This record gives sequence, C-alpha cells and structure tokens, in this order.
Amino acid sequence: MEAEITLRVDGARRSLSVDTRTTLLDALRERLGATAPKKGCDHGQCGSCTVLLDGRRATTCLALAVAHDGAEIITAEGLADGETLHPVQQAFLDQDALQCGYCTPGQICSAVGMLDEAKAGWPSAVTSDIAAPTVELDDEEIRERMSGNLCRCGAYVGIVAAVRQAVRQAGGGGSQ
Amino acid sequence: MIPFGYRRAEDVDGAVATVSRNPNAVFLGGGTNLVDHLKLGVASPELLVDVTGLPLDRIEPLPDGGVRIGAGVRNSDLAADPIIRSRYPVLSQALLSGASGQLRNLATTGGNLLQRTRCGYFQDVSTPCNKRVPGSGCSAVDGYARYHAILGASQQCVAVHPSDMAVAMTALDAVALVQGPDGERRIPLVDFHRLPGDAPQRDTVLTHGELITAVDLPPLPAARRSRYRKVRDRASYAFALVSVAAVVDIGDATVRDARIALGGIAHKPWRATRAEEVLRGAPATEETFRRAAEAELATAQPLPDNAFKVPLARNTLVSVLRDLTQISEKDR
Repeated sequence: MEAEITLRVDGARRSLSVDTRTTLLDALRERLGATAPKKGCDHGQCGSCTVLLDGRRATTCLALAVAHDGAEIITAEGLADGETLHPVQQAFLDQDALQCGYCTPGQICSAVGMLDEAKAGWPSAVTSDIAAPTVELDDEEIRERMSGNLCRCGAYVGIVAAVRQAVRQAGGGGSQ
Repeated sequence: MIPFGYRRAEDVDGAVATVSRNPNAVFLGGGTNLVDHLKLGVASPELLVDVTGLPLDRIEPLPDGGVRIGAGVRNSDLAADPIIRSRYPVLSQALLSGASGQLRNLATTGGNLLQRTRCGYFQDVSTPCNKRVPGSGCSAVDGYARYHAILGASQQCVAVHPSDMAVAMTALDAVALVQGPDGERRIPLVDFHRLPGDAPQRDTVLTHGELITAVDLPPLPAARRSRYRKVRDRASYAFALVSVAAVVDIGDATVRDARIALGGIAHKPWRATRAEEVLRGAPATEETFRRAAEAELATAQPLPDNAFKVPLARNTLVSVLRDLTQISEKDR
C-alpha cells in the first residue's frame, strides 16, 4: 500500500510516496539520498541509524515512515552550520573517536540528543539520586547514556572523550 | 514483509472498533517491537492502526493521591517525570534500565506492556515455537535456555516476559485501564500477563481489539523508598537475566509491609507473594531476607542452562532488601 508523506530532512521539505512497509531509515537513505544514518543491524540493537526525530534521538530502523508523516528530521549531516562543524562533530574529530566511521553519524546524533536530555535534568540508570533536578555527566553517565550505540571497532575510549569534550564546552551538567 | 494497510486512529472508540472488526488488524504504538516482528515475519497483520496520535500522552495526578499514566506516554518521558522520580523511583529506575535512550524516546507505556518475549526461538521463524505457531512445539525446552523461565513455565513454553517497566508496575499494584468494544475495564497488572500453560500464544488476558488507554498507580507513600535492580550479561542495553522491583516499608527494624516483583524469570512479571508473606512483620535482617527469597524460589524448576538464575534471583532480592533497609535507617 502506498502513502503520501512529507518529511523535513536537514532543513529541506521533502514529499514522497512510500510503501507502508518502508522504514524511516530506508526512506531517508534509499528514497531521499540522506545517507548519514547507517543501516547496521536493522533491528534496533546497534544505534547506527540514530537521527534527531522531532528534536529527540531515535532509531529509524524500527520506525515506519508512514507513521512519521510531517516529522522534522536532523541527521548527522544536518548538524553543521555551513562549514562550521557542530561541537559534537568537532569533538569526534579532535578526540579521534572513530576508526571505520560507520557508527559515527549515529553516535553523533545520539550524543547531541543525549546532551539535551541531560540539560533537561533527565536521570539515567546510573544516576545515584534519581530525583535530583540536575545531573553531572561524568564518564560513567556518558557510557550509560551512550550504550545504545555500538562500535564494532571498539573506539569507545575516544567516543567517551569526545562526549566529555562536548559536555565541557556546553558547560557541564544541566538543570530542569 | 507482507503488505499491510496503515490507518491513523482519530479517537479511542474508533481505533477499538476498527481493530475489533478485523482479526488481522493490530494497534501500532512506538513500533520498537512490532516493526521488528514485521521484518522477522513473526507478525503479519493486514492493517496497522496507529494510536500514537491519540490524546493518551499525559501523566496526571489522581484525586486519591495516585497517578494516571496515559498509554501513549513515551518511556523516556515517564522515566524523567518529576512525580514518578520522587514518589515511585522504582518505576523510573526500571524504565531507565531498559533498552536505550533512542528506543525509550519511541516506546510507549502501552506498547511496553504488550512487548513480546525475546526468546530466540520465538523470533526465528525457521524453528518450532508454540507461542508463534501453537502446537508446533517448544525449541527452548530442550534447546538453549539460558535466558528462560525458572518459575511458572509449562512444557509448551519456557519464555520470559522482557519488560522492566511492567515488573516495577506489578510491584506497585498498578492497574491497567483497557477500552474494548463493550466498554472499559480495569485489570490489576498482577493479573494482566498470563502464565503460558497450554496457550503460550496468549501473553496477556486482553481480547482482540482491547486497547490499553492508561495505567493507574495507587497512592503508595512507601514507594518513595523503592528500588529496581537488574542483572544482565552486560552493564547496559541488554535484557534482564534476573531483576527485582521492591517497595518495602520498614520501621523499628521491622518490615511493616513489602511489595516485590521479579523479572527475567517467568512468563509474566512475577509478584513474589511468598516472599512478601515471610517479610511482613518480621525483623529486617539478612536472615529474614534470605528466608523470604528462598520461600519464593522454593518451587523453581530451572533448566540445565539457567539453574544459575535461582541463586542469582535469591542473592539479588536479598541485596535489594538490604539496600532498602539501609536507606530506611538513613532516613530516620
């Protein structure tokens, strides 16, 4: 069954007709040429397809495109401001936070979404005082909050360092 | 994936009517489990009725002091809600221990309750599975069953329920509000999921077309001191081998009341009534906690691959009770 949908992808309005079986990931990559989000496991287990969906990090391989008609999507490619990289992108370069790079766009979108969550005071599974209105992103917090993004090259040490750099630049933790 | 139609629900009654009419229609929430099943061939509906646009996305205080959680509330929003974090921390902790940040942003409360087992044989359509194809046999009972049930299983199915959230809700005496073609009913969470018996294809007591609209948490002051602990094969982003949700009211070094549920060990979130009986009125000591855990696990029937879950569940329960006792003492 076909359905007409419109998405806003990295700032551009895109209308297309999709089979209802099409995932958001396949619509982005195969129909709209937005190849920053990667197909890793295609089952919600690796995080390489992560984008910002209506402002929040989300896996796109388990989302049907038809169910997200009208959505605003930012991929890793859309984070930069012209030639100026997003601070999280720059941090991944500075800290050598990748080897093959396949998981990197998902890691970067996940980190951007995660920093917003922390800024809003959201706790994580390792937060000691879950009711506290603010959270400090130490390495343990970073690792837990980024655990939905796997890196088969094992660049985790660099990834944690990159997120740590982005946290420092953003001014530490956050409050509600 | 076989072709299917897609419809966006306009209202609850319409969604219920549409799905009730069509035995091959299903509700679609965040999709994090259903879309995977569509890909795997585990589910092959002909119509998806998307209920994420319905106004079921609020967390509201109830007049009796409890809280109503809309079925469409995302797992991440529920975990981060200030009321849940302060009054029902066990629920926030359970949610935060499940899946990943980017999945919790999609997954809904209703969908979380209705997610299906992650038994590898259930998800592999090339193997027999009584849950997927009734009567075809159980591959796990004589197969690889490290992740499977130690309590309440049957010869037909040894799968476990994968939810963390539901384990906390079961301990909290939560109640699911369900809308069906003939009206609304309230189902205590403890009765919501089934044991497999001879019909493992049925995970819950819901009938076709019934839609979860909300989950009510009762007022439970003791839940301010509650805890969820999950033990798994890696530190994060994995399903439970064993988990414990506990709400314990301790005063004068005595357990006044206890509500406990175990996850990862049965076909449903396992309310530990035997352990609760031992705990109620008993001194809050390590010895009591151990006796309570052993009472609960006395009827465990592990398989060769998962016998480790018996001592693991016992020790995890004892350690959660010990932690809650220490918290209580600190508060005094």
